[in-house]
Amino acid sequence: MKAFLMHRDRDFDLQQKLPPNGQALTQDLELNTLFNAMALGDPFLFEAAKKAVLCGLNDPEAIRYRQGILKDCLKHPLIVRDIYDISLESLESKKKSWYGLYSQWPSSILYNAVHILEMSVRELKKLRKIADDHADQFESEGLAAFFAMLRRELGDEFFDSVQDHLRELKFREGVLISAELGKGNEGTGYILCKPPGDHRSWMKRIFAKKPTVYAFHIAERDDSGMRTLSELKDTGINLVANALAKSADHIESFFTLLRAELAFYIGCLNLHGRLAQLGEPISFPLPLASRERRHDFRGLYDVCLALTMKQKIVGNDVGADNKDLVMITGANQGGKSTFLRGIGLAQLMMQCGLFVPAESFSSNVCEGLFTHYKREEDATMKSGKLDEELGRMSDIADRITSNSMILFNESFAATNEREGSEIARQIVCALLEKGIKVFFVTHLYEFARGFNDRKMGNAIFLRAERQTDGGRTFKLFEGEPLQTSYGEDLYRKIFGTEK
Amino acid sequence: MIFKSILVERNEEGIKKETLEMPDCFADLNLDQIIDAITAGRQEYDLKPLFYTALNDIDTIKYRHEIFQDLENETLFEGISAFAQEMRTVRSHLSLIEKLHYKFHREGWFLATVDIYCDAVNGLVHDLTRVDLKSRGFSAFREYLTEYASSGPFTSLQMETKRLKAGLATVKYCLIIKGDGVKVRKYEAEIDYSPEVEKTFEKFKQGAVKDYRAKLSTGSGMNHVGAQILDYVAKLHPDLFSDLDDYCVKNGNFPDETISRFDREIQFYMAYLGHVAALKRKGLKFCYPQMSDTSKEIHDDEGFDLALAHILRAKGSFVVCNDFYLKDKERILVVSGPNQGGKTTFARTFGQLHYLAALGCPVPGREARLFLCDRIFTHFEKEEDIQNLRGKLQDDMVRIHHILDQASPNSIIIMNEIFTSTTLKDAVSLGKRILGQIMRLDLLCVCVTFIEEWASLSDQTVSMVSTVFPENPALRTYKIVRRSADGLSYAISIAEKYRLTYDCLKERIKS
Repeated sequence: MKAFLMHRDRDFDLQQKLPPNGQALTQDLELNTLFNAMALGDPFLFEAAKKAVLCGLNDPEAIRYRQGILKDCLKHPLIVRDIYDISLESLESKKKSWYGLYSQWPSSILYNAVHILEMSVRELKKLRKIADDHADQFESEGLAAFFAMLRRELGDEFFDSVQDHLRELKFREGVLISAELGKGNEGTGYILCKPPGDHRSWMKRIFAKKPTVYAFHIAERDDSGMRTLSELKDTGINLVANALAKSADHIESFFTLLRAELAFYIGCLNLHGRLAQLGEPISFPLPLASRERRHDFRGLYDVCLALTMKQKIVGNDVGADNKDLVMITGANQGGKSTFLRGIGLAQLMMQCGLFVPAESFSSNVCEGLFTHYKREEDATMKSGKLDEELGRMSDIADRITSNSMILFNESFAATNEREGSEIARQIVCALLEKGIKVFFVTHLYEFARGFNDRKMGNAIFLRAERQTDGGRTFKLFEGEPLQTSYGEDLYRKIFGTEK
Repeated sequence: MIFKSILVERNEEGIKKETLEMPDCFADLNLDQIIDAITAGRQEYDLKPLFYTALNDIDTIKYRHEIFQDLENETLFEGISAFAQEMRTVRSHLSLIEKLHYKFHREGWFLATVDIYCDAVNGLVHDLTRVDLKSRGFSAFREYLTEYASSGPFTSLQMETKRLKAGLATVKYCLIIKGDGVKVRKYEAEIDYSPEVEKTFEKFKQGAVKDYRAKLSTGSGMNHVGAQILDYVAKLHPDLFSDLDDYCVKNGNFPDETISRFDREIQFYMAYLGHVAALKRKGLKFCYPQMSDTSKEIHDDEGFDLALAHILRAKGSFVVCNDFYLKDKERILVVSGPNQGGKTTFARTFGQLHYLAALGCPVPGREARLFLCDRIFTHFEKEEDIQNLRGKLQDDMVRIHHILDQASPNSIIIMNEIFTSTTLKDAVSLGKRILGQIMRLDLLCVCVTFIEEWASLSDQTVSMVSTVFPENPALRTYKIVRRSADGLSYAISIAEKYRLTYDCLKERIKS
């Protein structure tokens, strides 16, 4: 039984390893803020959000599959949360009685397994009821298939046969064990048997020869005799106890899986709630194949900044279709970093099936998203700052592929401008030729200017806007790189206006 | 030819009796350690008496060499090992049966034991026919065994065993346990329950889960409940179990006596070869010595102390090998030189070689020719014994006198630091007298001493000295070389360094 809510054809693996660039992405894009908004303090939801966001999908079709389910979830949040709660309850109650399964005696393993299965069956019945009551309200391919699966697998026949087993395994009629003679004529191969249902006609039963049966009783106060008997019984039911305990585990693993598959959507519901409170818009993005070049959005905002500031923030509109290079220059604290982070966040959110923080958003998926940000001075003093930056770039170069996307934030500025520019130029040229989409926030005027002068059709230049009064709108617009970056503004702001 | 023993060809002329007492020379030569190591893990065979019994004829030594050489074939060695393992099981089962209380239980174990025995015999026949046997011993044994295995009594024993075993294997019964009650009846195709359960819940399976099978004790044994059940099972199959009764009564006497004897005696070879194999892997050499009971011209190349080698192997270090030879009239090796230089080890090696050779075993060394002696006498320094009330010198004298009384020209005497508790002058002259007697007996002797004068007493004596590294005379090489004992071992070492020794110079100076 598979839920298939995260992928059309496979399970969602919560144990999967994060991509090697996951740590840098988390740091550079402030992803923990996003995960916290999705988890609302629940570590399990946090983990699921983290895995889903960082291990995104590259296939637009797979993204649309999740979008469909998420749209259903947004329409019927209570039903989805009910299902999630059932999986939680089941796991909780198993946890409360698991210890019995660790007994060394098969009889007590069996007893506990029966108990746990009785509880699990109650939870399974609840699931079945939800499926019966609400299946027709869901439109997405994923959830429709999920409900159909529940109704198919959890049929009456299944519940009947489980009840039969659970009743039988209480052994009201005694334990029936088959055995063989082993070495030294010692009994061996003890196997618990199902008592034969008698299907013969009554005529045959009456005239059939009665089998010879020998019987004896253990004498009163024969403790060692009774012990032997219970050992025999234990040996006999060992395999069944094992099978039943495993079955309890299997059901647990089904609920574990269900919980994992739903956790991401619960996180999405949580995030949706938060953004709705702030009055921020969301929309479902339009993902395109990775070989296309599309970046077209309206009102894209940095969702993490909004969550942190707990207020509505200014969004940007950009049309960068058919562009491989987006170069961003301009005023300090003019919203360049925020813009860049918004780009990265939207890309990750789109590729994991989430809605995006924008009025509209469309872009091609990327095979891999990488960030190269200026970092604090290396505390270990192991290497110089430029060394450190180039080291990280080298790591990225080991892993990056065509149709990936990379975000540079003030990279290679740890040396003088000329050298930094030359380094950056060579790197960016190579990346572009390899078909990698580059976003570059920089103060390296020579570098930016150089690309601008080439008049490339596949490059676009954005500038942080500086208003004439020195205030900032946090809005970017298309514009050539300028020589100064309004450092004076900042100086003035901090040191006060010069007289 | 009728096969009697794998140790000697003609039993009546070979070892009639096994020696139960450890020979006197064992402790001094560390042969006790060697035999302990060789027989370790094989206590049940009581092999030590076999190692205490040296041979006195060269033909029997050859008889054993042949068998050792055959056993160097891995196929044969493994075949014998497998056979031995099965025979061990047979013995342990037989002793288990003695302790069992319930008839059908006992009979079941008896049947299982005979079955293993039959397999062991057949397996051995098969292995022996696969190998090209060269030794008289194995050839004769193969003939005996093949005949035994195809004899009427054995084949019918085997057939009946298989038939009963197959019959009992088909017995299947049901127990119904409820409270303190047990019912026993024949099995009637009831269905195994656990696959049913698995099938029902299969659909939930997402991956492997924990295995909840309890580790229940599977120790064999049966108490009154088990016996009662077995009695009823027997009642359900009366013919089968009455056949089993008859079978056990009829076949009380097995295994075959000659085969049992072979099983023990072959362990003499297996144990020795097992011990040798570990040292061979370290690059040490073993050889089959050429034996003589007339010529005292002997030699051994790359010999070593087997006891020391065993200890050093365990520590991971290597043992130093030494050569020696005696030719013409030479009989006595006088070993002198720096202390802690391996002199005593050399003396022990000499004794061990001759003793092991007299057992018919391969000996340490690349190539050897050794003398078949009648006895080995040792005279090693002893702690002063307050009980005998004699002084140490006197004690030395008494002991050597005793040895010389018993020794024949075919004996070997190994002396280690005799007469150390008197003045040098006394020691020199006392030694000369003793060595004089030894020379008159014309027997082989090793004499470890610091008294260099003894080394050049006559043309019967040969001087050997322990050596040091020329670069650092404090380091010993543990090499004992044939060289005159002039008290100059240190000076010689330095000369060696500049290749100016006598031998070197001879080679270097062109004629």
